[in-house]
Order: sequence, then C-alpha cells, then structure tokens
Amino acid sequence: MHKPLSQYLDLVNPQNLQAYQSTGGYEGFTNALKMPPQEVQQQVSDAKLKGRGGAGFMTGMKWSFVPMGEDAPKNKYLVCNADEMEPGTFKDRWLMEGAPHLLIEGMMIAAYAIGADVAYIFLRGEYRLCATRLQQAIDEAQAAGLLGDNINGSEYSLKLHLHTSAGRYICGEETALINALEGKRANPRAKPPFPQVVGLFGRPTIVNNCETLCNLPCILKHGAHWYTQISDGEDTGSKIFGISGRVKHAGLWELPMGTSARHILELSGGMQDGLILRGWLPGGASTDFLLPEHLDTPMEYDAIAKAGSRMGTGVIIALDDQHCPVGMILNLLQFFAQESCGWCTPCRDGLPWAVEILTRIEAGQGSQDDLDALQQLCGFMWIGKTFCALAPGAVEPLRSGMKYFADDFQQHIDHKGCPHRH
Amino acid sequence: MSTVIPIKQVDLVGQPIVNYRDVLSGKEIAAIEHECSLYESRPAAAIDALQIVQGERRWISDESLYAIADMLGMSATELEGIATFYNLIYRLPVGEHVIHLCNSISCWLHDYQTIADHLSKTLNIEFGQTTKDGKITLLPNVCLGCCDKAPALMLDGELVENLDIKSIDTLLQGLSGGKNA
Repeated sequence: MHKPLSQYLDLVNPQNLQAYQSTGGYEGFTNALKMPPQEVQQQVSDAKLKGRGGAGFMTGMKWSFVPMGEDAPKNKYLVCNADEMEPGTFKDRWLMEGAPHLLIEGMMIAAYAIGADVAYIFLRGEYRLCATRLQQAIDEAQAAGLLGDNINGSEYSLKLHLHTSAGRYICGEETALINALEGKRANPRAKPPFPQVVGLFGRPTIVNNCETLCNLPCILKHGAHWYTQISDGEDTGSKIFGISGRVKHAGLWELPMGTSARHILELSGGMQDGLILRGWLPGGASTDFLLPEHLDTPMEYDAIAKAGSRMGTGVIIALDDQHCPVGMILNLLQFFAQESCGWCTPCRDGLPWAVEILTRIEAGQGSQDDLDALQQLCGFMWIGKTFCALAPGAVEPLRSGMKYFADDFQQHIDHKGCPHRH
Repeated sequence: MSTVIPIKQVDLVGQPIVNYRDVLSGKEIAAIEHECSLYESRPAAAIDALQIVQGERRWISDESLYAIADMLGMSATELEGIATFYNLIYRLPVGEHVIHLCNSISCWLHDYQTIADHLSKTLNIEFGQTTKDGKITLLPNVCLGCCDKAPALMLDGELVENLDIKSIDTLLQGLSGGKNA
C-alpha cells in the first residue's frame, strides 16, 4: 500500500534537505514549477483532495476562488493552519516533527498554485519541537535556493515564515487565525467576504490544514490519477488516522481513505483488557458520538455524516465502559467553554451554562428540568445561531451523548450520583 | 521588585506612554524588529513581541506591556486585550519553572485528575498559583496533542509524557534540587 505521507517520516532524526531530496522530495514542486499555476490547481481538483482539517472541503475548489491573472492583487498569501488544538488530535504534530520538508514542499506547491508570494506557518505555541524542526527545514530550503527570489531560475519568488501562536483553540477557525496572524485577538470575521478574496491584511489568502498541504507533493509527483487510486472508496488518497483513549496502543497510522474505524481500533490492539467500547468520537472533541455498531462505517466524510457524525480530524477518541459518559461530555464542554472567544452571546454564555448544568448532573444534583434545559441549549448554540462553528462543534458530542447515553443521564438524576464513582 | 516606570506622558485614556528604549533590551528590540519585518504592519508582530519579552523576563509586566505598545505603535489598552486573550502569555509573575498539565479528553480518560491532585498536594498550591519559594507555577493546559502518551504535561515548554505518581515525584525532586518541594 502506498504511504505518500508517512514514507518520509522519521520522528527521531527527520530527514534533512539532502536526505529528503534523495528519496524523491521536492520532485512534486519541481513538476509544479514547470506548469502554469492554473494547471497545478486543476491537478489538485482532479485528485479530489479534501481538506484534512475537519471540514473536508475540496482543496482545488477552495483555491479556485482566489483571483488569478494580470488583474489579480499583487500580494497574496498562503497560510498553513498548524494550530492543532482539537482535543484528542495529534496527527499534524506527527507530520511536522517527522517530516518537516514534506510540509514545506506542500506549502511551496500551494503558494505557487495560487500565486502567493508570502506564506506563513501558523503553529500552535506548545509544539516546540515542531517549531525547531520546521525552522531548520525553512533555513535549509532557503540556503538551497528553494525559497526566496527566482526559485530554480524561474520567475517565481516565495518567502516562508514560521509564526508560533500563543494558544487559543479559536485560532483554528480560519478567519480567527487570520486575525491572530495580524497580531489581534482571534475573533472570527464575518463571511463574506471570504479570505480567498479578502484575507490576511485584506489580501487574497488561502488557509490550508497542515495534513492537506502534506498531500500535495505526491499529487504533483505521481499525478491526480495515481492519487485517486490509493483508496477504493468515495474519498481519495490516504489519511492519517489514529485513536486514543483506553485502547492497548494508542497511535497514528497512514491508511487509505475509507478505512473502517474497526480496522483502526484493531491496529491499536483493541480496548485494554477488561474494558468494553461504549462509544467513539470519529475525529476530535467537536464530532458527534457514534456507537460500536457504527464501527464498520468507512472513515469518509459522507459515510460518517450519514452515520450521524463528522469525520473531523479522523483521529478517534474511544470511550470505555469504566468511564462515565456524562463526565466525558462535561470534560469536553469545559474545554469549549474555556476556549470560546466570547465574541457572540450564544457561545460565550451558553457553553458555561451547559457546563454548570452538566456539573450539577454529574454531582448527582441534577433534575429532569436540567435535561430539558440542556436540550434547549443544544438548539440555542446550533448552526445559524452563532458567529462561527465553535459552539455548534461543542453541541455535537453533547446532543449525541444525550441521545446515546440517555440512560446514564437518567441514572445520575434518579440515583442522585454518578454510577461510575465509588 | 517594582521598578520605577519612566513615564514621559499619559495618553488620552490615561495610559502611560513610555519610551521602549528605556525598558527593552537591545536583544529584545532586535528580535521584535525582525518579527516586524515579516508582516505588513508593526502591530501584527504583537503576539511575537509578547512572546519574545516573556522569553527574556518570564512574564509580561505593565512596564513591558507599555514598552511593547510603544515600540509597535499601538495603544497599551489594545495590547492588553491581546495579551490577556492568549493562554500562553503570563500577565502575572510565574515561578522559575512552569508546569502546564493537560486536562483535555484523552488525559481525562487516563485519569489526569489523580496527577493533578498529587501535583497540587505535593507543591501545596492550587492550579494558577506559584510555590512560596517562587520555584514552580502550576497551570492547566488544553490538549497538548500527545494523546497517545497520556497523561502528559509541559514543563518549561518540554513535554513529559505517560505520567504516573512516581514520575511526578521524580520530576518534582529534580526541580527542587533533590530536596522535597
């Protein structure tokens, strides 16, 4: 099986420029540079690459909104969203620590495709080792003439800078990220205008997830058709899947799109001895719970959506039978309440309210009215009522948890306590 | 520890205006200037500047805040709004060592609470506080992105993974130079 991303991975001694090039690195970029930018966009569209940050939007389509040609604004930006803060997600760290040049090459391809002359990596502040390794890779590429003016003797010039964030989940939202990169509070912006037209410093800007960008080198190296053949399902290419929680060996694996969650669980060795899987979040804290009966669903954007959740980041969190679902949901909601940027009222006030109610229920002091209030809150914080997707993301595990673990919620109220605490 | 801020004048809303050259070191100024050169506007380097100064002084005092605002040509009030927004900018003094314990879901599933209680009890402080000797500050952190090695913490920016009571004790002993913290 092809592993176009993890084949370059070395977590202890990541490849330097020379080693990366000697194993085929930067061939994708060299190919790209020989084509007009629009053709690079077409290749990525043909490869049907979908964004790996969580939303699954077609990358080629996203790029197509950027003004191109003579009349386009002179300055355009490419930004790598490496602000990996979705609880339970650790795939971008893996890629950046293990294969920094893969990301740099991916960014160079994307920047060329949209005609950007400056690119930024927006890296979360906690990822210190990533920062060191990425800066080293940037410096190497710069010294070799792969970055800077007239790359490889072409007319194309690109500057690439690393920005380390100071920590806020909302920075993962692309318009909030742009504000953060402008040195401001990371509040989301109203859309339209979309960043593709009016983004960083008011200029056309593409924000792509780190893993998305890491997929570009192999598409440009082997072609769109090759890429679509990696998986035999609906979605194309390979994906970094993973699992954490009380499984035997939590970790990450590069697998074809559409691999079943059951296979990922099996790769981890299954649940720890004596534990039974009760539910799972397919791709981070902001995705709806699914049940063991859904384990054979292919990990694809549409299939997971049909099952009632979102693929999100594709890194699973497993809930076992020894942990309280109410306690788990409380922990998730505490995260979202803390990380709300406070810009809109439903999110700023709704999330702490949900935390207050869940705390009461978990402590055995909840009432039937509390359950109704939680249900109502799910409506108040749903899509269309809030400024961005943070609060609706928080609602996902809450509403699905209340549906699938209704008995657990009821027990907390009827028996005035958490059945999992002794 | 309070240094006298060389206030030249006060702005319209009463914020002191300081000359950044009176406060920031040459090294800090050079590093911030470099960051400014990477963006279209000087205030865009605000978060980098806060991190640079914090890297040198461990936290952002009012004096540092005024100086950075002056250097970037923005109001101190606006910079304060930014400094207090981001989790990793400290607007209060912190200890020589800062521990950020992950409290998100994968660590919750691996009983981070036991680790949290043990840290708190051993150091005799709550989360958000610094030990009396000024050595260690204890803070919570959202998911550190090492869910496969939970529970985890970040000590002075370095990851410490697969925590248990024993490894916490070893870690704390190391920090207090062999003595009990």
